[in-house]
Amino acid sequence: MALLEVSDIHTFYGNIEALKGISLEVEEGECVTLIGSNGAGKSTTLRSISGLSPPRAGSIRFDGDEIGATPPQEIVGKGISQSPEGRHVFQRMTVRENLELGAYLRKDSRLNGDMERVFELFPRLKERERQKAGTMSGGEQQMLAIGRALMAEPKLLLLDEPSMGIAPILVERIYETIAEINRRGTTILLVEQSATFALDVSSRGYVLETGTVRLTDRSDALLENPEVQRAYLGA
Amino acid sequence: MSALRELGRRRYANLAIAALVLGIAAVFPLLFDPISGTVGDAIKALAFVVMALGLNVVVGFAGLLDLGYVAFYAFGALTVGWFASDHFSSVNAEAGIHLGVSEFISSLPGIHLNWLLIVVAAVIVTGIAGMLIGLPTLRLRGDYIAIVTLAFGEIIGRFAANGDQVKIGEYAFSNGRQAISPTDPIKLPFFQEFDQAFNIRPYYYVALALCAITLFVNFRLRDSRLGRAWVAIREDEVAAASMGVPLVKTKLLAYGIGAALGGIAGAFLGAYLNSVNGGQFQFGFSIFILAMVILGGLGSIWGVVIGAVVVSVINYYVIPDLLDRVATDLDLGFTVSQISFGVFGFLLVVMMVLRPEGILPERRRKLELSGEAGSADDALVEVRA
Repeated sequence: MALLEVSDIHTFYGNIEALKGISLEVEEGECVTLIGSNGAGKSTTLRSISGLSPPRAGSIRFDGDEIGATPPQEIVGKGISQSPEGRHVFQRMTVRENLELGAYLRKDSRLNGDMERVFELFPRLKERERQKAGTMSGGEQQMLAIGRALMAEPKLLLLDEPSMGIAPILVERIYETIAEINRRGTTILLVEQSATFALDVSSRGYVLETGTVRLTDRSDALLENPEVQRAYLGA
Repeated sequence: MSALRELGRRRYANLAIAALVLGIAAVFPLLFDPISGTVGDAIKALAFVVMALGLNVVVGFAGLLDLGYVAFYAFGALTVGWFASDHFSSVNAEAGIHLGVSEFISSLPGIHLNWLLIVVAAVIVTGIAGMLIGLPTLRLRGDYIAIVTLAFGEIIGRFAANGDQVKIGEYAFSNGRQAISPTDPIKLPFFQEFDQAFNIRPYYYVALALCAITLFVNFRLRDSRLGRAWVAIREDEVAAASMGVPLVKTKLLAYGIGAALGGIAGAFLGAYLNSVNGGQFQFGFSIFILAMVILGGLGSIWGVVIGAVVVSVINYYVIPDLLDRVATDLDLGFTVSQISFGVFGFLLVVMMVLRPEGILPERRRKLELSGEAGSADDALVEVRA
């Protein structure tokens, strides 16, 4: 049984059907990418899984439990945490305070060790520990958003467009870290518009189009697929 | 470690400030006549401090702009009107129900409960009312919350003002502009019933005690897990939800706690003013309290205390005693008291231009308005190269 099983979910914004029956699976330990153009439903899929925009129909099973109608705070508690689109770090809080809030639901006392692990993944954050998040660069804020999501000790990490608005050389560095996080055992579901890096670090990918799954394949095969190349890789 | 030590130092600093402020405040009424008007104004000012601190929980901590705070003043005061007067005149075959009140009051018809019980009742009534009013705003953000709360404040105010027409059974909701009067004076265990005719200092000390308790509650809330959840919601709701902060519960607790503090102050004023006038719960009062919070510094506890005192001093001293005399001397044909809300509005505008973060701003908010320079990705790449 897969760690995450999404089957035939329909999610609406008001009367607009953003997802028209999406199904996908993520196995434990995998890194999976969703690619697609603007409005394809990538972020909505992540928001459906994390409970921010629950689906109106269909089922989402995580670790064997149905979570389609579970409120977001309980989903975080079950082990899914998200780095939201546009980063959404707490601008006026320090890096440290942001990371502490990432562990909001945890009641254990291993926070300092986990924070050290985040600092090890992103040494830049250690340097800026006492700086306000809003005064950092876009790349640094993205690192913080990922680090903050890791503080919840997720089994499944959802990353929404980690390359958005970031200097290209930094995107590469952030993706190296994402690969490292996956190697250390965290399952990752990734959404990305500029897909090359994302397909490089992931093992499988789904191509979304107007709220449906257009095709799915191994990442290396998708990178070779001429249709995908033309539409999403800018070849 | 240094963070812990810093937190410890701040806590002692707060304790020292609180002891000093409360000490000065405790001596203040002794400098005046026992029934001095100045002490009377100070009593109302202290009740406003409690209300401002309550509104600060909603607006300052949780960032939910509430323009209908007067509703909780109304509910708190009406609790006194209902349960400490002859309002329900024919209950118990006109013998009345009495609990912990003086001998004389025990002979009156209607429900008469000890003031402490009324405070408990007011906390329950306003806490629930606060959450009910909060419920429809849960799906809203920013200005839209302000609109809904404004409407609720207005509805409750109108209900109270026309309450003599609104019958529940044989009893009116309130007496409207006729006022429910007299309400019982405060009677505390081990103390004589307070008598305003000879000495209003006991009221002053009760109000001061309420302020001290409210201050303590505010500091503890701010530094609690719930306090951090409020700040997270205020700063970024999407991020807070992603981190597992339960939005509904956290927001409703802010509304409920803020409302309960307003209800306590309302129950105090209802007893102190000796009557509950349904016409006094106007929209202007919500703005009056909000002005205290904003002038003092949204989210900053000491700032809000200062804001409440400053606005009260302007309202009870500067306008009636100083500006009105100037207006009369200049023969302007009107008094400044008649345009007091204009004065507060003008003050808010001046404040927004000169010092938008408030008199004593909260640490975090100061940062937003100071415009600290950010760094760019380019710099980061160079560092690495």
